[in-house]
Amino acid sequence: MPTVTVDGVEIEVPAGVTALQACEMAGVEIPRFCYHERLSVAGNCRMCLVEVSPGPPKPAASCALPVADGMEIKTDTEMVKKARNGVMEFLLINHPLDCPICDQGGECDLQDQAMAYGRDGSRFEEHKRAVKDKHMGPLVKTIMTRCIHCTRCVRFATEIAGVPELGLLGRGEHAEITTYLEKSLDSELSANVIDLCPVGALTSKPYAFVSRPWELSKTESIDVLDAVGAAIRVDARQTEVLRVLPRLNEDVNEEWLGDKSRYACDALSRQRLDRPYVRRDGKLAEASWDEAFAAIAEKMKGLDGSRIAAIAGDLCDAESMFSLKGLMDSVGSPNLDCRQDGAKLPTGTRAGYLMNTTIAGLETADAVLLVGTNPRWEAPLVNTRLRKAWLQGGAAIAAVGPQIDLTYPCDNLGAGPDTLKAIADGSHPFAETLKGAERPVVIVGMGALAREDGDAVLASARALADNCNVVRDGWNGFNVLHTAAARVGGLDLGFVPGEGGCDVAGIVSGAAAGDIELVYLLGADEIDTSGLGDAFVVYQGHHGDAGAHRADVILPGAAYTEKNGTYVNTEGRVQLGRQAVQPPGDAREDWSIIRALSGVLGAKLDYVTLGDVRAALSAANPVFDQVDQVQPASWDAFGAAGEMDAAPFESPVANYYMTDPISRASETMAECTREFVSGNGERTGTDG
Amino acid sequence: MSDAFAFNETYRARAETIVARYPEGRQQSAVIPLLDLAQRQAGGWLPTEALEHVASYLDMPKIRVLEVASFYSMFNLEPVGKNFVQLCRTTPCWLRGSDDLRAVAKDVTGCGLGETSDDGTFTVVEVECLGACCNAPMVQINDEYYEDLTADSFKAVLEALKRGETPKPGSQAGRAGSEPTGDRATLTGAGEGE
Amino acid sequence: MLQDKDRIFQNLYGQDDWGLEGAKRRGIWDNTKALIERGRETLVNEMKESGLRGRGGAGFPTGVKWSFMPPEDRRDGRPHYLVVNADESEPGTCKDREILRYDPHTLVEGCLVAGFAMGANAAYIYVRGEFYSEASHLQQAIDEAYEAGLIGPNACNSGWDFDVYLHRGAGAYICGEETALLESLEGKKGQPRLKPPFPAACGLYGCPTTVNNVETIAVAPTILRRGPSWFAGFGRENNTGTKIFSISGHVNNPCNVEEEMSIPLKELIEKHAGGVRGGWDNLQAVIPGGSSTPCLSKNICDNVLMDFDSLREHSTGLGTAAVIVIDKSADMVEAIARLSHFYRHESCGQCTPCREGMGWVYRVMQRMVTGDAEIEEIDMLWEVTKQIEGHTICALADGGVWPVQGLIRHFRPELERRILERKTGGAPAQAAE
Repeated sequence: MPTVTVDGVEIEVPAGVTALQACEMAGVEIPRFCYHERLSVAGNCRMCLVEVSPGPPKPAASCALPVADGMEIKTDTEMVKKARNGVMEFLLINHPLDCPICDQGGECDLQDQAMAYGRDGSRFEEHKRAVKDKHMGPLVKTIMTRCIHCTRCVRFATEIAGVPELGLLGRGEHAEITTYLEKSLDSELSANVIDLCPVGALTSKPYAFVSRPWELSKTESIDVLDAVGAAIRVDARQTEVLRVLPRLNEDVNEEWLGDKSRYACDALSRQRLDRPYVRRDGKLAEASWDEAFAAIAEKMKGLDGSRIAAIAGDLCDAESMFSLKGLMDSVGSPNLDCRQDGAKLPTGTRAGYLMNTTIAGLETADAVLLVGTNPRWEAPLVNTRLRKAWLQGGAAIAAVGPQIDLTYPCDNLGAGPDTLKAIADGSHPFAETLKGAERPVVIVGMGALAREDGDAVLASARALADNCNVVRDGWNGFNVLHTAAARVGGLDLGFVPGEGGCDVAGIVSGAAAGDIELVYLLGADEIDTSGLGDAFVVYQGHHGDAGAHRADVILPGAAYTEKNGTYVNTEGRVQLGRQAVQPPGDAREDWSIIRALSGVLGAKLDYVTLGDVRAALSAANPVFDQVDQVQPASWDAFGAAGEMDAAPFESPVANYYMTDPISRASETMAECTREFVSGNGERTGTDG
Repeated sequence: MSDAFAFNETYRARAETIVARYPEGRQQSAVIPLLDLAQRQAGGWLPTEALEHVASYLDMPKIRVLEVASFYSMFNLEPVGKNFVQLCRTTPCWLRGSDDLRAVAKDVTGCGLGETSDDGTFTVVEVECLGACCNAPMVQINDEYYEDLTADSFKAVLEALKRGETPKPGSQAGRAGSEPTGDRATLTGAGEGE
Repeated sequence: MLQDKDRIFQNLYGQDDWGLEGAKRRGIWDNTKALIERGRETLVNEMKESGLRGRGGAGFPTGVKWSFMPPEDRRDGRPHYLVVNADESEPGTCKDREILRYDPHTLVEGCLVAGFAMGANAAYIYVRGEFYSEASHLQQAIDEAYEAGLIGPNACNSGWDFDVYLHRGAGAYICGEETALLESLEGKKGQPRLKPPFPAACGLYGCPTTVNNVETIAVAPTILRRGPSWFAGFGRENNTGTKIFSISGHVNNPCNVEEEMSIPLKELIEKHAGGVRGGWDNLQAVIPGGSSTPCLSKNICDNVLMDFDSLREHSTGLGTAAVIVIDKSADMVEAIARLSHFYRHESCGQCTPCREGMGWVYRVMQRMVTGDAEIEEIDMLWEVTKQIEGHTICALADGGVWPVQGLIRHFRPELERRILERKTGGAPAQAAE
């Protein structure tokens, strides 16, 4: 390990780090605009200049300078100060003085650094440059006169997002950032360029002129719009969530966030169920909590448990599912399921329904087989890891299932079970690729499991994993990629049919046949609600979506930003979402609704606080005790071999931007759908 | 691949020759020469379709091709006249009277800087140093250099072009190259060398 | 004065056949095999002994540069490349053009010899795009050499396989910077790379690469043939050899001429270019080594020698040895303002100080032409140039501000005069553009 001196303090640093990194390790902050840890080094802003000896008698860009043993780095000399002041002056001469109307104001790197390195007045007496704004799509607003040409956005699009659509055209002082012919940036990760932009050139279009950062209360939470469980910060003003931003979590989302998770938040104040409803004379009418509970109690009176059923949806927190399971147990119903898409996920062996490799682990894979999944749309932040595996490690990636542009080369081996079987029995050459790999990975999506023959497909995937040696000492390359934030938690806490109970398909057909008379939908909107026959439907949730429309009683619950809740992501990581705002109107935290109902039904659950629920949850399954952790799952038996249908695997996500009751209610997501999914992607700036 | 533009047979053959100069998988190296071919075929400028043809020919993202096309001054992203007149404006030419040539160009072609004549015969632009400073002032018209110009000789060149003739390129003062005019002190032999 | 027999470029003026036959008559391709048979190490050492310094402007010792390429026992399987910089674009400079069009075989032979000396089996010659007929001549020379077995497999029967490829640029001064050139050759915008890594470790396509100027490569075979001491016998120590000088601007007979290094500037101008227009006393200034080198006032020009060290003593440089002569009739401020325009136009836009600073400098310079400025702005302009210099990835910005610094250094009274005159109601001078 080389030893360097930073401002006179000796420090040992790992070989290969840059002078900038060495300075950071020594606790010396280096100003920068173009440099970003996760992007290639551009070295163009020249803000990070330091004095280095031995070396030429001029300042060096610390971001691009590898340290050498004995190197002396100085950041506090006259030369450095002059250099940085000079660069800052150049950055500002053509930068507009529009901070008061700039959305970046208050969280602007340039503004901040100008405080440290700027002059109190300008020596630049010439006209400032004006640059035409560019259309980049429904999410990214551009004010290109503010651009300082750091090219972070270009590098992000090219390197991380894998959509080489952004570029720097022209040269010299006329250089301009744009997308190709001003088309919308076609990436599920597009809005990350807003976070990366160190100035106000790229800002959030939906958030334009909405608020100032210092007006916001900021709550650290967890995203639930896919099963990744990205770390987010929810920014709210009074009762309204105004924006969602990513937080750093190296194990999960690094510092990125998918566009849906970021921008569906406008729906949190749209189409909300903000008071109870009871269906009277065929029409839903506003009701009090007491009336709603009474209606349910009335229906349940004398009803045998076997004629009652419950389905948990995709956004449910573990506490509410656990409470509802408790209620179902106490009324004697074995009919409950959290797999509303009918995925044939195993209920016992955890390794059979987890992303065992872990999300971060995926990027070390050297051979990857995707089975019935489109990770780009099902989990964009899993897709970035796979792209990294290809980009950095040259992983061989192949798919059985839909043929899609995943932003990296992916060899489509076949459409469905026949190919899967061929790889499993070794007759397909990709079996050898997996066997020969050091870190092979198989990712099974809901497109492979949410079908009649899902059990057999799972068994076949399991056989493939065993035969191709995908699970070995110190490495479990078998992965299930979920699309629902609630799913792993639901399976972990046992929200699955009890002894002799019905699964989702059984509940729906039972209701249609009249065998099941009451169906409790806990945020479940993805089932065929029209097929529930004459059953009495209770819908507990936050948005007026499919479930609410079919309901006989509506119990208004809290969206994920309005409650403290536990979620388990696709890799089995238990994470805590936190309440940022109050639920609207009469809506309540979901577990407490169920507890209150249990009292009315005379089947009172014995929790008083959320802490009580969590204690009970941990007692039921200790994984819930391990917050933010991933526990390796043991490789026990799962799947049931059987006949497979030859039908091709299809991804369950037909439109990334609309997958759940929240994103379906979002105007921004509707705009994105029009732009990117319904075929209007060719739109240019002229009509934007 | 775009329907609107594709290399014709001659240019496709040339494109293949050019791509073969670079190692396997490095075909992107050919982007500048191929854009040059495309510009020639398209009549002196690069319409979007031509850019996209080159992008797909070389398997490059379109934005990368546009970046290149917009970076290098020889690529025209707008149509130009049949005779693309580029007046060198940099100091060595300016010292020897390049400003006079601007007036001549305006006189004969009717074009100010950056303008194209109505009949599409001429586009006149000013450019930076073209690397023929010992033969200043000079002008590039399409592929050819016209050097050692005076107002009169430049006028003659432009008028010949206007008549559809091809004036002889090179020095308009009778020099073969950049030898000094008149008796010179070097390379006075018959060119036998040693 | 250098004698004709010691001139390397015998066909500099195109008076003879520039094709293979003529070239052979002039001694090019004469037993090139024997040069190669001396072996890599000998060739590199002989180049070092000759004292040849790169002719592209920076003047780095050529033999030393070649020695940075991994030797045979440290090759790692990556190919080595020789890249020839024929992107001649420095205002005032037009010497490589003459080699390309009238003596191209000196370059093609040089590629083989230099390529072999650095373990390369291929050379790319990057010719500025505007040099269309020059590129045609070079391509013809390459074709002739292939046909005669001088290059290609077993080049000159030496046992060494060697390919030479021509690559045309498309108009960008910055591609004369070696790493920008490599980027451009890889099919990208010509934006200079961060160094390290240097090209000898990681250059074209990530492989060991040496980038040399046309003249540097073209003189190599003759140096090796006639011996390093022959070459080192010309010029002063550390400034050896012969050199093509481009003499442009206000001289009676502008020309390129190959002369001995360290020739006095005055002798160079008077002997070869017919003297300054209107006589030596009509001289106002000289830009001695291409547009990037700061100008010299007449009193310095009287005695200065044309070599690296002598010009350095006067805070300027030999650069490409392109002498731009400016007589007293010229507007000196505009002459430099035009160069500021050039550098603003040619900045690649990557680094902040260059992208933003060159435009600023140009605009202030424009006002200096008319005198529409404040006296204090002269110092501010100086400061701004110092704020740019040494703060960027490549040297374009340095070269862009040096002419302005030279102007302020030698012509401050003229700048002040204009400003005062303007303030006291004098008519503005003609502005640039």
